[in-house]
Amino acid sequence: MALYFIKRLLLSVLVVVIVIVALFLLTYAIPGDPARVALGPRANAELVAEFRQRMGLDQPLLVQLYNFFTSLLRGDLGRDAVSGEPVLNTVLSQLPDTLYLVLGSVIVALIPGVLLGILSARYRGGIIDRISSVLSVSVMSVPAFVIAIYLLLVFSIQLGWFPAIGAGTGFWDRLHRLVLPSLALGLAWIGYIARILRASILEEMNEGHVRTARAFGLSENKIMFDYVLRIAILPMITVLGIGIGQMLSSAVFAEVVFGRPGIGKLVFDAIISRNYPIVTGAVLVTTIFFVIVNLAADLLVAWLNPKVRHDLSR
Amino acid sequence: MSVQNALEVRDLNISYKVPGGKLRALRDINLNVPRGEIVGLVGESGCGKTTLMQTILGLQSSAAVTESGQIMLGDTDLLTLRPKQMRNLLGDRISAVFQDPMKSLNPVLTIGRQMTDIQFRHNISQREKRDRAVEMLQKVRIPDPESRLDQYAFEFSGGMRQRIAIAMALMAEPDVLVADEPTTALDATLELTTIDLLRDLQQDIGCAIIFITHHLGVVAELCQSVNIMYAGEMVESGPTRAVFDAPQHPYTELLFNCDPAQIPERTRHLPTIGGELPSLINLPPGCVFEGRCPKAFGPCAEIHPRRVQSGGSDMVKCHLRDPEVPQ
Repeated sequence: MALYFIKRLLLSVLVVVIVIVALFLLTYAIPGDPARVALGPRANAELVAEFRQRMGLDQPLLVQLYNFFTSLLRGDLGRDAVSGEPVLNTVLSQLPDTLYLVLGSVIVALIPGVLLGILSARYRGGIIDRISSVLSVSVMSVPAFVIAIYLLLVFSIQLGWFPAIGAGTGFWDRLHRLVLPSLALGLAWIGYIARILRASILEEMNEGHVRTARAFGLSENKIMFDYVLRIAILPMITVLGIGIGQMLSSAVFAEVVFGRPGIGKLVFDAIISRNYPIVTGAVLVTTIFFVIVNLAADLLVAWLNPKVRHDLSR
Repeated sequence: MSVQNALEVRDLNISYKVPGGKLRALRDINLNVPRGEIVGLVGESGCGKTTLMQTILGLQSSAAVTESGQIMLGDTDLLTLRPKQMRNLLGDRISAVFQDPMKSLNPVLTIGRQMTDIQFRHNISQREKRDRAVEMLQKVRIPDPESRLDQYAFEFSGGMRQRIAIAMALMAEPDVLVADEPTTALDATLELTTIDLLRDLQQDIGCAIIFITHHLGVVAELCQSVNIMYAGEMVESGPTRAVFDAPQHPYTELLFNCDPAQIPERTRHLPTIGGELPSLINLPPGCVFEGRCPKAFGPCAEIHPRRVQSGGSDMVKCHLRDPEVPQ
């Protein structure tokens, strides 16, 4: 079983390495001379040559890749092409806002999703089940930025309940301003989580151990929460791990639409100003975060299985 | 209701709603389970044993419709109880052991947790519930029960799991235990020890057992009386010895002939009963076994046989045994 953990960990590292190589090759493949881009059209040839040498751009591809890796290992993601600040500092300063947004979206998706899933399984074919089935399909098929724009139109502009733009200052203000963007990212996942959970609850309800529990007169609530949900929740955890990755990429839209600081906004602005070191750094940090979340989800699923715990403690 | 019966099924009719109409799964089922006795229920797959068991336990599927009949537990008709009242009896006055010991215990809760959970009716401390669980595990000969309570189902062998299931079922000393093929999934040696254990505990507690099985040898070994089911009907009932010595229904006779233990010489081919079960949606007007019966004659295809007493059997449903049918 320890082997599983090691394998899973190596796989995560491999994903990160592949992403790094891909990012490096992408930057390399961008048309134009990076030194010219960095120094601007009016720089003279001598300056460009000096810059190329200083940045190692005159080295062969593999050497450049090696240098890229070694500087990454030192935590050096390069310098912001505009401000000259270290990329890592810029990206890390924007990370918390995006993490709050993702956390808010997970809460928006998880609490109603789990409730709906339990209720639709418990009253299968009933009104809640049918509504959640229709809603989940319709909400899932609408892109997050469309939801974001409509939320903004209705709740900020028409009703004026929530501020339209910015992340705010102070806990309550920030929380207040987190509501709409979190809804925009999380809504689509409510139905999905509800359907996944419903399916796995219904599957588990057919198992022999549930029949045994019923034959001892245990109440349906007890069976649901103590006997079934412990097992039925596992596929949902895996899905949520992947969902967080999806939310990270939707965060670009939500942050732009709601004018919030964050990784998404950073990447968006960096693309517009062709600030490639920032794009690379932000994508890398996001990838690492996503890989960690998925690793955590997989390990959690394994850990919740007593057979796995038992094998590990040996 | 005769007082000596712990459980009595009277004229039970159950059907399932299916797209083509009504599937009449159980028809006019009668079953007497005397106090403190072990009653065998035998029949091939699809004969309605499972439906009968589920109905007795109130765990029938939502597609099942009770057309008529009574299931008397003491003075209570289980079929008139609301789900909550039924739940109150389950695991207390009536309990069950199921076929597959690999699946009948929860995989993510410890055995101890499951054994204390089912004592929810008793107003005693967790400590006392645990002690009772230990005591019960000792009774089913699980070694070192105190520490094994903290283990999960997968840490036990199949035979042990089934003994744990038996311990759980008998913990509340029920009036009736429904045992649905409890030994079918076990190998032959385990089957014997499990049956011995079940009998010992049954004598200790004095409960009645409905023992559902395919295995005729087990019935002969364990049960005082036997009931033979075919295609949703009870075709023969009587004391085990009498029915085994002189089966009255042709189906019972064929069933005994198919039992490998009854075949003296080596053979490559085990005997089977030819033909198929009749459709339970469009029932034939006559006897349900007519299509497969080697002894079928005049009235069998037209007239449904009535219940008669014949030979050593208390009840048999066959025109051959009916004195009023001209042979």
